[in-house]
Amino acid sequence: MTAATAPATGTRRWTRVLARWETLLVIALIGLIVLGNALSPFFLTAGNFSNLIAALMEVAIMALPMTLIIIIGEIDLSVESMAGLASAILGFLWAAGIPIEIGIPVVLVAGALGGVLNGLLVARGGLPSLVVTLGTLALFRGFALIVLGPRGISDFPPGFTEIGFGTVPGTLVPWPFIIFAVLAVVLGIVLHRTWAGRQIYAIGKNTGAARYSGVRVTRIRVSLFVLSGLIAALAGIILTSRLSSARADAGEGMTLTVVTVVLLGGVNIFGGSGTIPGVVLAVLVVAVMQNALRLASVSVEVQSIALGLLLILSVVTPTFAHQAKSAVDRVRGGRPPPGDSVLQGEAAIT
Amino acid sequence: MAEGGGAIEVADPPRGSWLATIARQRELSLVAIMFVLGGLVSLAAPQFLTAANLTQVAIPAAIIAVAAVGQAVVIITRNVDLSVEAIIGLVAYAVARTLELHALDATAAIAFGILLGLVLGMVNGTIVTVFRVPAIVATLGTLSIFRGIDYLVAGSHQVPVAALPPGFTDASVASIYGIPVFVLIAVVIVAIGTVLLRSTRFGRQVYAVGSNPEAAAILGIPSRLVVFVAFSVCGLLAGVAGVMWVSEYGTINGTTATGAVLAVVAAVVVGGVAIFGGSGTLAGAALGALFLGFIANALILVGLSQFWLQAIYGAVILLAVSADAVLSRRLLRATAERRAR
Repeated sequence: MTAATAPATGTRRWTRVLARWETLLVIALIGLIVLGNALSPFFLTAGNFSNLIAALMEVAIMALPMTLIIIIGEIDLSVESMAGLASAILGFLWAAGIPIEIGIPVVLVAGALGGVLNGLLVARGGLPSLVVTLGTLALFRGFALIVLGPRGISDFPPGFTEIGFGTVPGTLVPWPFIIFAVLAVVLGIVLHRTWAGRQIYAIGKNTGAARYSGVRVTRIRVSLFVLSGLIAALAGIILTSRLSSARADAGEGMTLTVVTVVLLGGVNIFGGSGTIPGVVLAVLVVAVMQNALRLASVSVEVQSIALGLLLILSVVTPTFAHQAKSAVDRVRGGRPPPGDSVLQGEAAIT
Repeated sequence: MAEGGGAIEVADPPRGSWLATIARQRELSLVAIMFVLGGLVSLAAPQFLTAANLTQVAIPAAIIAVAAVGQAVVIITRNVDLSVEAIIGLVAYAVARTLELHALDATAAIAFGILLGLVLGMVNGTIVTVFRVPAIVATLGTLSIFRGIDYLVAGSHQVPVAALPPGFTDASVASIYGIPVFVLIAVVIVAIGTVLLRSTRFGRQVYAVGSNPEAAAILGIPSRLVVFVAFSVCGLLAGVAGVMWVSEYGTINGTTATGAVLAVVAAVVVGGVAIFGGSGTLAGAALGALFLGFIANALILVGLSQFWLQAIYGAVILLAVSADAVLSRRLLRATAERRAR
């Protein structure tokens, strides 16, 4: 098995590739900032940065657990619906006269339960996460519609709307950014500095080998889906607070942006590699890009086209770089190149 | 999902056991469930089993069925196309708008719509096979791109039914010997597709690629070409569904068919097409669409709000894949025991 001999050289090589990828992101970020500045004199103001960050924080927060899930070789398409369900439940409870302090924990529990459902079906049921979470994408959105129907709830107390809309006193830093930063640091440490993080990479690189070396694959898989559901619910709360409106269709279409951010951050769609700092950089790139496009009065439609292209490009680029590299390796008489990776999930086999 | 990568899917379940029969005859069990369900619902709502109501169920179901047949081919190759709803929507708007502007006559507009679907499917196929982007990411991206183009072209414009030639909208309600034309179209597509999949070299290659990619490669099957063709077929049939959509619903704008991908994938999965690729029939996928249409209609007649529909699609997807997994695992075990003896 190549897996047994790979780590020594493989890890170093991957770090190098990732370092390059992150450098690329920094360059893109600087380029976009220069572009934005050329487009509008308001671009480089603190107020504008505060806005552009606030607008993407729900996506950014959901991208963190999604990073871990994609690293273990799975995906969670249901996050946008879980955010919608969270919004719907919160609105429903508030409209029913239940105080927001009780509503929030209830919603978080609901998010975790949704994650349990995803996690058990994937980890215990052995079902592909793509289909399971496509199912719960419909299921959770359906629940949201059943709970709240077509109405919108908007008479939330001022203290609650402060969560999503307010800033840290005396600064222009939005509260959701603080939540994102804390989560990013915690998950970054867990992933890059702890035993659990090593296990997450091990599962993504080679599930079978990880299991034989004593990694509790099922437990980690379930935990990550629970985390994803929980944080999607948190994102739903923040979204509800920021828009000061609870709606069943909240968050629609967000999964695409979340997955785009994660893959743009250099996380391998086949699992096994990726970093939290990369994803944080990607969040900034996408936030600045969307803001620049808006300042250039590019329509929302074109923005969605740009996002779709960005998603595909962020997978194509590393694949081609990898192919070019293995072509070079082949010439030098190195390891044989990996086989056809047209089919999803296949890379996890090797 | 990757751990069993080397194993060949169960090709021949042991004969005789009732489980094997169910596993083989998903189509039959779906029909049986529909009969039971029909009986139960008609107790509560007698109008359920009338010819008029069944026609009303069958016509929109036929549209989903056509798209589901294309999706089934893609899923059999162990891929997925999440962009079908955007293809349906874009084709529907393009066709409706050309008819509104009298740019093309009805026949040419239909051909244009189907061709547009084919081209969009080929775009997906190219991204997946040439650029080696996994289908899920590729089609999530093109879902956004195609829909963006649709919004861009349509703006806030909406093509009203009145702008369409009367003959065009009549097609959806027309029938031959009492059978709606749309149902006949779906049946013909299923029949042609089934023959192609069962009896041609290409058809067998579709199953081979989905069932065991490595083995298919060793056998010299051009798997990338097969996957490319599968996506193209899926786009083509989504184009056909888009044209039918215009005829059935008439009023078309930039958001047409939003969310339809869930119905299409649910139909395929319920129809017994294995999500791991390599097995399933087109007739199953089409019956799955009919089954979902049946449930949607029953829901309304029983008095539940349409808001339940989305949740039920989700539940149906989860139930169907769980049932498939349980069945195939038992079959594997049974086969292994039989071999050991």
